[in-house]
Order: sequence, then structure tokens, then C-alpha cells
Amino acid sequence: MNSTLYSLIGLAAGVAFILALKGLSHPKTARRGNLIGAFGATVATLSVFLYVTPSHGEEVGHSLPLHNFWWILGAIAVGLIIGVPAARKVEMTQMPQLVALFNGVGGGAAALVAIVEYLNLGAEATTAEVIFTVFTVVVGCVSFSGSIITFMKLQELMTTRPVVFPGGRFVIAGTLAAVLGTSVWVVAALGTTPLLVLAVLSLLFGVLFVLPVGGADVPIVISLLNAFTGLTVAASGYVLSSTLLIIAGTLVGASGTILTRLMAEAMGRSLFGTLFGAFTAKPQEASGSAEERPVRSGSADDVAILLNYARRVVIVPGFGLAVAQAQHTVRELADLMISKGIDVAYGIHPVAGRMPGHMNVLLAEANVPYDQLAEMDEVNPTFGQTDVAIVIGANDVVNPAAQTTPGCPIYGMPILEVNHASNIIFLKRSMRPGFAGIENELLYDPKTMLLFGDAKASLTKVVSALKAL
Amino acid sequence: MDAIAIISIFVLAVFVGFEVVSKVSSTLHTPLMSGANAIHGVILVGAIIVADHSEANSLELWLSLAAIILATINMVGGFVVTDRMLEMFKPKKKGGE
Repeated sequence: MNSTLYSLIGLAAGVAFILALKGLSHPKTARRGNLIGAFGATVATLSVFLYVTPSHGEEVGHSLPLHNFWWILGAIAVGLIIGVPAARKVEMTQMPQLVALFNGVGGGAAALVAIVEYLNLGAEATTAEVIFTVFTVVVGCVSFSGSIITFMKLQELMTTRPVVFPGGRFVIAGTLAAVLGTSVWVVAALGTTPLLVLAVLSLLFGVLFVLPVGGADVPIVISLLNAFTGLTVAASGYVLSSTLLIIAGTLVGASGTILTRLMAEAMGRSLFGTLFGAFTAKPQEASGSAEERPVRSGSADDVAILLNYARRVVIVPGFGLAVAQAQHTVRELADLMISKGIDVAYGIHPVAGRMPGHMNVLLAEANVPYDQLAEMDEVNPTFGQTDVAIVIGANDVVNPAAQTTPGCPIYGMPILEVNHASNIIFLKRSMRPGFAGIENELLYDPKTMLLFGDAKASLTKVVSALKAL
Repeated sequence: MDAIAIISIFVLAVFVGFEVVSKVSSTLHTPLMSGANAIHGVILVGAIIVADHSEANSLELWLSLAAIILATINMVGGFVVTDRMLEMFKPKKKGGE
């Protein structure tokens, strides 16, 4: 294959990626968009096997096949064996951390590519190439280690609270300064050792950068690291003279940045505050003697009676619902209430679950009809006429502190205003606060009734109690 | 490739990237992020190129093979998991109005 044809195929793949992103932005075309993207990526990958990119300083590449051909195929096979089953088998509840992990390995791959090309080039590298290499190594390593930490937070392998240690901001600032200093060293001294030192420092910075981020902000950070990885791919495209990598990487970098901003808006968070939380975060103050306060807890029968005499019920599902795999039981309860002539809607907070849109995916999995899902702006004005709001495994997204307590970590986040409903039922496993780790005043409200226990078991009891009435 | 051509490509791609996702409902944020994530797995192309440039049995080769494994996981896993998410939206007919 000659270089013109190869470049044209690369261009076609680039166009496929644009169409993919475009398609993914609309519900009707989303799945097709993803397939177009997969097609573009496959064609691009096949084309590299048919055209040898000349090494630095050569006019034309060596003849086919590629050097190390079988090794390359073997490595791809290993990647497939690991990646495909992971993507197929993952529970939908755990999908956010898998996306974080995939993003991290992409960043790691980009950093490795830059390091290898640097080692191959040796002293022949131009200053511009070295600068782009440094950028790729730094940002790729930050993306890699940062994503691993977000993975651990979401998988609850470590605390989901912000990790803040005394003098943390100085450690972070110091590490950043060391990264920048070493970058200059690499550009000036051109050695392998400085580059490896840079990689290690960047990995460390990635960890320190993500540690102080609180649980609720983790999706924003994943999206940001995703954009970072895109930019590293673009930069390595420069070093490898690959237009395709430049286009694909820049597209992801740009769209990822916009997406990060959109997500931050949906959550009512300032992007700046999230990113520089590391520099401003204070250790969480203890929430007083909150646990000592009385709450009103009820039985499944109490809940069933309340529901039986309601005219309008809004179900507010949260991540706890998905963890308990209670989507199907919720649906059963909703169907039963509808058959009794009760008006039922699901109030979906944009960031219910662990990522924007996550709850829609989980309920779609349980075949909940689309028209029963009401978005926040739709459902909020109706809480005044709602007799019962059932909050299942959600907490932060209904916490009135977001509107009333300036300075609390979720202040400013739009919430589902269940506090306007006549009765509120919370299904909870325990009094433990939500993912953001904030106490919820609503639990102590006189019109709130708590039903403790596993969401699925509790719902099953409510369903049979309601049937018996 | 000359610098001006590269800068042109970069700037235009930035605008296209901004433009294509400017209006997305929050429902699709997660699949969109996941799909974009899969797209940058195309670094696989770069990993294969550097593996070709590496000497047999060298440190460079082992590192580039590691890059190929990671990039393949990113790309293939990313597209598969995105498809799984979107599959669930597909049979739904938009009810109501």
C-alpha cells in the first residue's frame, strides 16, 4: 500500500470518529455511532499492517511484513482476551470503574509509545519531538495513575471520601514543580534516566491529584482524565507523524473537555473547584451528635398502607437500588400501584448512580417503560402534589443541604425536592451517609419514615403487604 | 509533516470536537464518555508502529508490546462496553407524547 492510500484510510477513520461522536450525542443514533467508531478503529488498525511507517530519517519504510509481526499479533490477542470478557461480563453497576480503568490503560499505552519512540530516536530527536514526548509521558502517566485511583475509589477498595493530609497542598505543589523541572531537564539533557524519573514523578502526581477528590466528583475527574488521554494520543501522533492519531486524539480531547464541563454543570459543581480541590480541601468536620438523634422507622406494612391511600407516588431510585439488584422488584411495586389506580413516576436525578445517566442505564436494564422516567426539571414542580416520595438507596441527590447549607460539599448541586412531598419514605441499609459523605437532615424530618434493610428484601415485603390490602 | 499542516489539523479538530458534543442530554453522558474513551484506544496504531521500529529482543520491543496490550484493552473493551450500555436503550420506544 502506498503512503497516499494509507493517509486516505487514516482520514476516513478520522471522519468515522467524528460521525461516531456525533451519533453518540443523540439517543436514536447512539448505538450506530458507537459501531461506526468501532469500524473506523478496526480499519485504521488493519491499515498499519499493510503500510510500513518510515523510521526517523528514512524516505521509505522497509518492505512488508512489519518487524516483530507475530509478537504484535500475539500482544493484540492478549489484549483481546483481557478486554473483551471484562467488558462483556461487568455488572452494569460496576461499569463506571471499568470505563475509568480502560481510560487509564489508554493513557499508559500512550506514555509507553512516547517512551519507546524516544528510546528509538535517541539523539536524532528534534526539540519539538522531545517536547511532545515529554507532554505525552507526563499527561499519559497522570491519566494512568489517576484513573487507577478513581477505579479504587469507585470499587470501594479505598475510602470514597476526599483524602486530605496535613501539608498536602505543599506536597502536591512540590511534586508538580518537580515534574516541570524534570521536563526541562529532559528537553535539555536528552537522556533515558531523566525521562524515567519524569515518568515516576508524573505517576506520583496523578495519585496526589486524584486523592483529594470526593466521591461525588469522581465522574467529573474520569471525564477529565479521558480528555487528557485524548490529548496525549494527539501529541504522540505528532511524534509518529500520524494524522489519524492527531485527529482522533484532538477530537477526544476537545469533546472530553466539553463533556467534563457539561457534567460539572449537571451536578452544579464548579470545574475549577473540583480540580483544585486538592489545594482548598479541608478535612471534613464531624457532623455533631447527628447519630444520636431520633428517627422514625416503620415496617413494610406501614409503608404499604401509606401507599395504598396515596394518589400520586414518586419513586426516587439511587445507586443503592442497583447494588441491591432491586430494579425488577421496584418495577413490580410500580406496576402494582398503577393497577390500583395510583399515579406513579420515577424521579431521575441526572447524576443518580455513579455517573450522569447511569441510573437510566440501570432502569432500562429492568425494562422500566421510558415514559415513567421523569427528569428532574419535570418532576420537581410536582412534588407539592405528591403524597408519597419513596427514596430507594439514594441520599445525596435528595439532600436539602445542597440548597440550604452553603459550604457543604454538595452545596449548589440541583436536587430532587422530595422534601416538598407530603410523606417521604427512605429505604436504607443503615444510617450511613451517602457517597459524598454528608449527613442528610431529611432523615430526621417528622414526615419521613425509614424502612431499614436490604432494598430488594424490603421492597418484596412491601409488595406482598400491598397485595394483601 | 510540516508544522503548519499539523497545527491546522489540530485547530480544526478542536473545533469539530467542541461542536459535535455541544448539546447532549445527561442521559447520554456516560455512553458518550465511554465511546470517546474507546476512540482514544486508537493509540494502538501508534503502539504497532513503534513495535515495528523496535529491534528484536530489545527493551523497546517489550515496552511497545505492553503498549499494544493496553491499547487493545482500551479500544476493544471500550467499544464493547459502550455497545452494552446502548443496547439497553435501544428497544425502548419513546412513550407518552
